Amino acid sequence: MTQKKKLAVVGAGMVAHRLVEAMVERGADEAWDIEVFGDETRPPYDRVALTSFFSDRDPEDLLLGDGELWKRPGVRLYRGSIVSSIDREAKQIRARNTTFDYDRLVLATGSYATVPPVEGSDLPGCFVYRTVDDVAELRAWVLDREAVLGRKVKGAVVGGGLLGLEAAGALTALGADTTVIEFADWLMPLQVDQAGGGALRRIIEQLGVTVRTSTATSKLRAGRDGKVTRMQFADGDKIPADVVVFATGVRPRDELAREAGLELGERGGVIADEACTTSDDSIFAIGEVAHIAGRVWGLVGPGYSMAEVVADRLLGGDATFEGADLSTKLKLLGVDVASFGDAFAATNGSLEVVYADPTAGVYKKLVMSDDAQTLLGGMLVGDASAYTNLRPMVGRALGSDPTAWLLPEGMEPPSGSSLPDDANVCSCNNVTAGTIRGAVTDHQCTDIAAVKQCTKAGTSCGSCVSLVKKLMETQMAEEGLEVSTALCEHFSVTRAQLFDIVWVSEISTFSELIDKHGTGRGCDICRPVVASILGSLGKGHVLEGENATLQDTNDHVMANLQKDGTYSVVPRIPGGEVTPAGLIVIGQVAADFGLYTKITGGQRIDLFGARIEQLPEIWKRLVDAGFESGHAYGKSLRTVKSCVGQSWCRYGVQDSTTLAIDLELRYRGLRSPHKLKLAVSGCARECAEARGKDVGIIATDKGWNLYVGGNGGFTPRHAQLFAEDLSTEELVQAIDRFLMYYVRTADRLQRTAPWLESIEGGIDAVRAVVFDDSLGIAADLDAAMAAHVNTYEDEWAATLADEKKLLRFASFVNAPETPDPDLVYVEERGQRRPADDEERAVLIAGATIPVRDAEVTV
Amino acid sequence: MTEWQRVCELDALVPDRGAAALIGGHQVALFRLSDSGEVHAVDHLDPFSHANVMARGLVGSRKGTPTVASPMHKQSFDLLTGQCLDDPEVSLQVWPTRVSDGWVEVQVEARSGAA
Repeated sequence: MTQKKKLAVVGAGMVAHRLVEAMVERGADEAWDIEVFGDETRPPYDRVALTSFFSDRDPEDLLLGDGELWKRPGVRLYRGSIVSSIDREAKQIRARNTTFDYDRLVLATGSYATVPPVEGSDLPGCFVYRTVDDVAELRAWVLDREAVLGRKVKGAVVGGGLLGLEAAGALTALGADTTVIEFADWLMPLQVDQAGGGALRRIIEQLGVTVRTSTATSKLRAGRDGKVTRMQFADGDKIPADVVVFATGVRPRDELAREAGLELGERGGVIADEACTTSDDSIFAIGEVAHIAGRVWGLVGPGYSMAEVVADRLLGGDATFEGADLSTKLKLLGVDVASFGDAFAATNGSLEVVYADPTAGVYKKLVMSDDAQTLLGGMLVGDASAYTNLRPMVGRALGSDPTAWLLPEGMEPPSGSSLPDDANVCSCNNVTAGTIRGAVTDHQCTDIAAVKQCTKAGTSCGSCVSLVKKLMETQMAEEGLEVSTALCEHFSVTRAQLFDIVWVSEISTFSELIDKHGTGRGCDICRPVVASILGSLGKGHVLEGENATLQDTNDHVMANLQKDGTYSVVPRIPGGEVTPAGLIVIGQVAADFGLYTKITGGQRIDLFGARIEQLPEIWKRLVDAGFESGHAYGKSLRTVKSCVGQSWCRYGVQDSTTLAIDLELRYRGLRSPHKLKLAVSGCARECAEARGKDVGIIATDKGWNLYVGGNGGFTPRHAQLFAEDLSTEELVQAIDRFLMYYVRTADRLQRTAPWLESIEGGIDAVRAVVFDDSLGIAADLDAAMAAHVNTYEDEWAATLADEKKLLRFASFVNAPETPDPDLVYVEERGQRRPADDEERAVLIAGATIPVRDAEVTV
Repeated sequence: MTEWQRVCELDALVPDRGAAALIGGHQVALFRLSDSGEVHAVDHLDPFSHANVMARGLVGSRKGTPTVASPMHKQSFDLLTGQCLDDPEVSLQVWPTRVSDGWVEVQVEARSGAA
């Protein structure tokens, strides 16, 4: 194990949070110790939602993530810690009166709110609008002044941009008479044009906010109590002001970089390249402090992209940041404002299509190419409902009369199928319309949760979710899919409902169940599902009587069908522990039957090329040597992978191998909606890759940490922390309940990760079921697992002891021992494999055809 | 010329489960249905995977028609006509069957030698 490297992150805002989250998501915290230094006393919070703090929200509600991130081993957040200097030679930073080493440093210091050089701007009662503390103080001030003055507070906001209007909304919500002062000729001059600004002004004035444009603030005066009381303008005019908020802009916090001698942009910001690397190779800059591609980026979206780039680079990737979409959609004072693309018609020859309804307070403009075909950009004030559909169309032919897109709400423009595949729908996560359609066509996603999980679309700001849903539904309609929860044409209920029916009823056969609750003869979907449910509930052996007709061939002959119609055989090797004598038996069986052998990912041995009629003979040898079925063929527990643990490993803190064997023996044969994989690691180094499993256990010096919901496959997922420092007894009970709850409620072929997402309340709700018995079913779950453990028998031993069951292994009903005559093999690396079509043609032409001729002439 | 070839006793076939048979050098999949009691015979060769596996597929129904699904990639076939229900271009050969004195018999082309 090599020494972990040290990553220091200066700044603990939204972008720093995303960086750490991205590192952890990618497992980079295995190679890096991450230390984050923030000057605020709070963990990272959602600064964009700052204003919602006024609607009596607890500041805790603004915190990003669930806080687990900062409790992880190897991740450390230092709050209230100002980094005072960087020593690039020694690779150290100074904070908390000491020094911290780093291998790589990330500057994510963000911006300051700037205050213009106005006389009196430091008087009590003057605020900026940047942090939770700023907002909390502002709120306290307004409420206090209102009480002292015994009248409505007069508020003034300097700056009529995005932040200024946010602040005006906040003051109005606190009951202040508010005036917004903008130096430019109209409000939000960076986002909308004069006509749009005019429309915005009219709407805002109707809400009781006074607006003064083309106005410069020159001076603030204090009253006798020393607190701000009056604002004076350059034109000599004055207004009363008991509270003043400056929202005139932000400036990158680059002084630390400046003192460290890093290259800075002309107007501030730490210069970085497309990899976010500054003029010092060991230092990255991300977020609002970074000056990349010729500018600083003042939105959180681009900052998130930079965080992802740095996480990728730290893992040896080559991701780049090449600019970002600066389209915005906001709700300010309850008014929708959006601007996207070339909103100001800067393109030569561009045409503007405008729709304005002053009485309704709506102004919409589309900027089109000179032939009026291609959408270049636009702005929407008062009604931005068309934004999600229009933004992805930038740079494309609208395909219909542009005015159709500007009509009032309720008159839906064409969308969904009209969007080209390469149109970017989710700009936060760079997801195209084609990717979303592909989630339906190629990944069988049929609900919005599955599409979000599959594509990541709509998982950041969420503004595109309605469009994603529309695209999904349109595509589903085209594929002939309907949104239905029915299991198949024979059962109109879900698997979970069917499970409950079987659970509470006396029904123990498929024919009874389909008679009472379904129609027809069943199919390859519902038959195995019912077999699995009956198996999970211990209602008869999976191969007993009628149950046998329900099973896929894999479960029916207890082996895995391969491409040529032969099977593979996997004996159980609990925890991956096997004796030399056991290995010799497996090797000898493989040699005697000419089987191809390969080690599986689950720490056992797969034997390929067994013909159906050979399976009983092969298994007789294995069972006689003490092996039993590995259930590699079943939707059931596969393996409990483990590292060698404390008994040999010099790092191990618990006996992971013994636990893995015990768990594998406990859950072997448990029938479930999909395959189940577990793993146990003996220390935090996690050599068993437990976080890639449905249930992962990682030893701590106090007990076991339990993770759930991980899997590989086409949507790999890391398992999430479920409980910490459990004793072995607590751990086993928690896994018992977790697995049984999953078996009972999951859909057919739904693995634990999507199941957790589909449960209302997610992992927290499942945790409550398991540890707090929130549904009052814990005793049932415990009893169901106890029944499974007590009634387990090895399916192969049972089958070998039953002459009748052995009949199904006949190759031909009228020639039970005759091998399939069409099987053809070639040798590769000392073992055999099925011949491909070309090899087959050669081999058969050489040997088989003359034999057939002879047969015909007999 | 055709002839009825005796294959196995009816009791050797498990209702709603297939069995392969070698009939005149041809691999045939036999299915005995539980509700109708009829026996159906189709190709054992799966036309999609080119493996001899059809007898190991699951019996079911689609809109009332008895079906078998290939165990390899789950395409469904009409047991009465052999038509693949997921691909109109593909079908299985179907053989007439009868049960006589408790024996399952399949009608095949008479061998040239016997003609």
